[in-house]
Amino acid sequence: MKLSGAEIVCESLIEEGVDVLFGLPGGAILPFYGALPKYPQLKHILVRHEQAAAMAADGYARATGKVGVCTATSGPGATNLVTGITAAQMDSVPIVAITGQVSRAAIGKDAFQETDVTGITLPVTKHNYLVMETSEIAIAIKEAFYIARTGRPGPVLIDIPRDVLSETTNYICPVTINLPGYTPKIEASSQEIEDAANLINASKKPVIIAGHGALISHAHKEVIDLAEKAQIPVITTLLGISTLPTDHFLNLGMPGMHGMAYASIAIEECDTLIALGMRFDDRVTGKLETFAPDAKVLHIDIDPSELGKNIKPYVGIQGDLKAVLTQLLPKVAKNVNVDWINRIDQLRSEHPSLHIRETSELLPQYVLSQLAKETKQQAIIVTGVGQHQMWAAQFCEFGTPNTWITSGGLGTMGFEVPAALGAKVGQPNTPVWSIAGDGGFQMTFPEIATAVENNIDVKFAILNNNNLGMVRQLQDLSYNGEHTATQYNGNPDFIKIAEAYGIKGIRVTDKSEVSAAIQEAMTTEGPVIVEFIVRHGENVYPFIPSGQSVKDMIEEPQSEITV
Amino acid sequence: MKSDEQQHTIVSLVEDKPGVLTRIAGLFRRRGFNISSLTVGKSESPGLSRMTFVVTGSPEIVVQATRQLDKLIDVHTVCDITDRKIVARELALIKVSSTPETRSEIIQLAQMYRASVVDVGRNSTVIEVTGNEDKITSLQDLFEPYGIIQIMRTGRVAMTRGNDTEK
Repeated sequence: MKLSGAEIVCESLIEEGVDVLFGLPGGAILPFYGALPKYPQLKHILVRHEQAAAMAADGYARATGKVGVCTATSGPGATNLVTGITAAQMDSVPIVAITGQVSRAAIGKDAFQETDVTGITLPVTKHNYLVMETSEIAIAIKEAFYIARTGRPGPVLIDIPRDVLSETTNYICPVTINLPGYTPKIEASSQEIEDAANLINASKKPVIIAGHGALISHAHKEVIDLAEKAQIPVITTLLGISTLPTDHFLNLGMPGMHGMAYASIAIEECDTLIALGMRFDDRVTGKLETFAPDAKVLHIDIDPSELGKNIKPYVGIQGDLKAVLTQLLPKVAKNVNVDWINRIDQLRSEHPSLHIRETSELLPQYVLSQLAKETKQQAIIVTGVGQHQMWAAQFCEFGTPNTWITSGGLGTMGFEVPAALGAKVGQPNTPVWSIAGDGGFQMTFPEIATAVENNIDVKFAILNNNNLGMVRQLQDLSYNGEHTATQYNGNPDFIKIAEAYGIKGIRVTDKSEVSAAIQEAMTTEGPVIVEFIVRHGENVYPFIPSGQSVKDMIEEPQSEITV
Repeated sequence: MKSDEQQHTIVSLVEDKPGVLTRIAGLFRRRGFNISSLTVGKSESPGLSRMTFVVTGSPEIVVQATRQLDKLIDVHTVCDITDRKIVARELALIKVSSTPETRSEIIQLAQMYRASVVDVGRNSTVIEVTGNEDKITSLQDLFEPYGIIQIMRTGRVAMTRGNDTEK
């Protein structure tokens, strides 16, 4: 069958089970957009900025476990994808980005909208391709999807020159992949399992830290089984949240910089740290030398370079978490350390990190606790980075895996709005809330037009403090309160923005209105903006300053800053 | 070099296609690994190149470097052969300043090192020498008084002895 390169791209995407892509066209990728109408199975969602295409693909992938796809043209189209691609790389999210490139003859001539996109994305993709022959498109796409979704997932970019998209060739759907340099190891050896089981069975004060790998590997059930069998408290990293229900009796929540004090102290006191699909990020560990000082570490991760990268494991196992835990579970003894469980309970009651103080003012913590109450663990919560993200991580509640989507590793402002669109497209029957600060919201809110155009029913909450709150907090706590460039004095009227996009806007200024506003948003069909005018100067606690230890933790505000 | 830092010889089989060297060099740069030398050439298998890296660092750093390298899709195998029985060689071309009076001395020195004369000009002689780094450096020292005009060293190439398959 003779097809153009563009048609082969479409055929290959359908072959991979793709049904939606997020993108924005331009000159070099026009042959692809010319072929798209012939393939109505591929729904294209036109975004306002390519950055949103990558982030929506990311949100889609996290919400569904499938590969998200985004498309952009050469030059600025492709460079605009870069932040979204990097976010996916940092958080191990499978996306495939397809970019147009100038024609082969023009490459290297500084042609109009020419950029070395494979060069630019080399360090921020799992792999990338510049496809120089039409006959090589199909295999490149097949490999790209395989690489993106297997092993430690990540973004793969495919750059295709315009004339390669236009030329025709005989299309043969590739059946096999030959990647001798890429063979993810799945199972553990019996020796490794024995070592791991011995370590767990001998432990007196064990804790589990479950990371994103637990969700990616669909190992949530196995993590819970392990925890329950040996009565091990489970701490989840920022990206591991939703691995087990918030109200599970062994769930200690998030550790680290803004984590629960009792979780951080449990790590400090534990004798065995069972690290599952996580990478000992500096926000988790703080100062490496003082992290889990008494613990022998069992580290299981699919990426061997994570074993020993930051923390040297006592037993390190490369493998797929679900597979390894399935091997390990029968060897783990029902070993209940009553003293340790009691100690954890004591820590919880002595260090109640989720206390919201009594005040008539509208506190962001209160807003999120009410959101948790109203959404009843039934919604997907999507955030960007900053104070709103940390409060959401602390106060929102989850009952189902993969219902918490946040930009963790890269910490990307503006991620929430497009990622929420992607999540809703992937899970149309689940309520989706984008939670933003006023800073991040203004980075990507033009995508509300995308939501309106495509009937993507996302509720957009804004915690408005007219500040880049997290940065201001760092200035408060680590830079002598010098507030440089963190206050917005000319924010727009977000309710008028809602009006401008033809959607409902609700402004909340008083505590008493919070629940009703959330309910109104949920019962309104289509996108809604709910703006909460929250207390200025509110900071996130607990707080362990960057690079410091649990002993340096500030659990409660010493004196609340007034603005 | 810090006390636990050591030179490691790493050999790797990689795809012979555009961009692979950039991927590898970029990885080393991005993660701050220190490459002392890097050589690359075709291997016995069509489509595959074999590379030898000399990396300086603590054991942890070098393990991290090999694992990161192994993650690249275009890299088939990576092996740290430092502690194995290996053959390691480097080739150098040394252009030494020479006059009709000094030329025979220079050639004699080269012969002592089993180096060969590959070019003789009016004012210079080019010597080709193969061996380990110490041998080349020591010959270089001997030529220093005559005036070294240029040196081109390939960096280390290495291979395990006997049946060791570098796995």
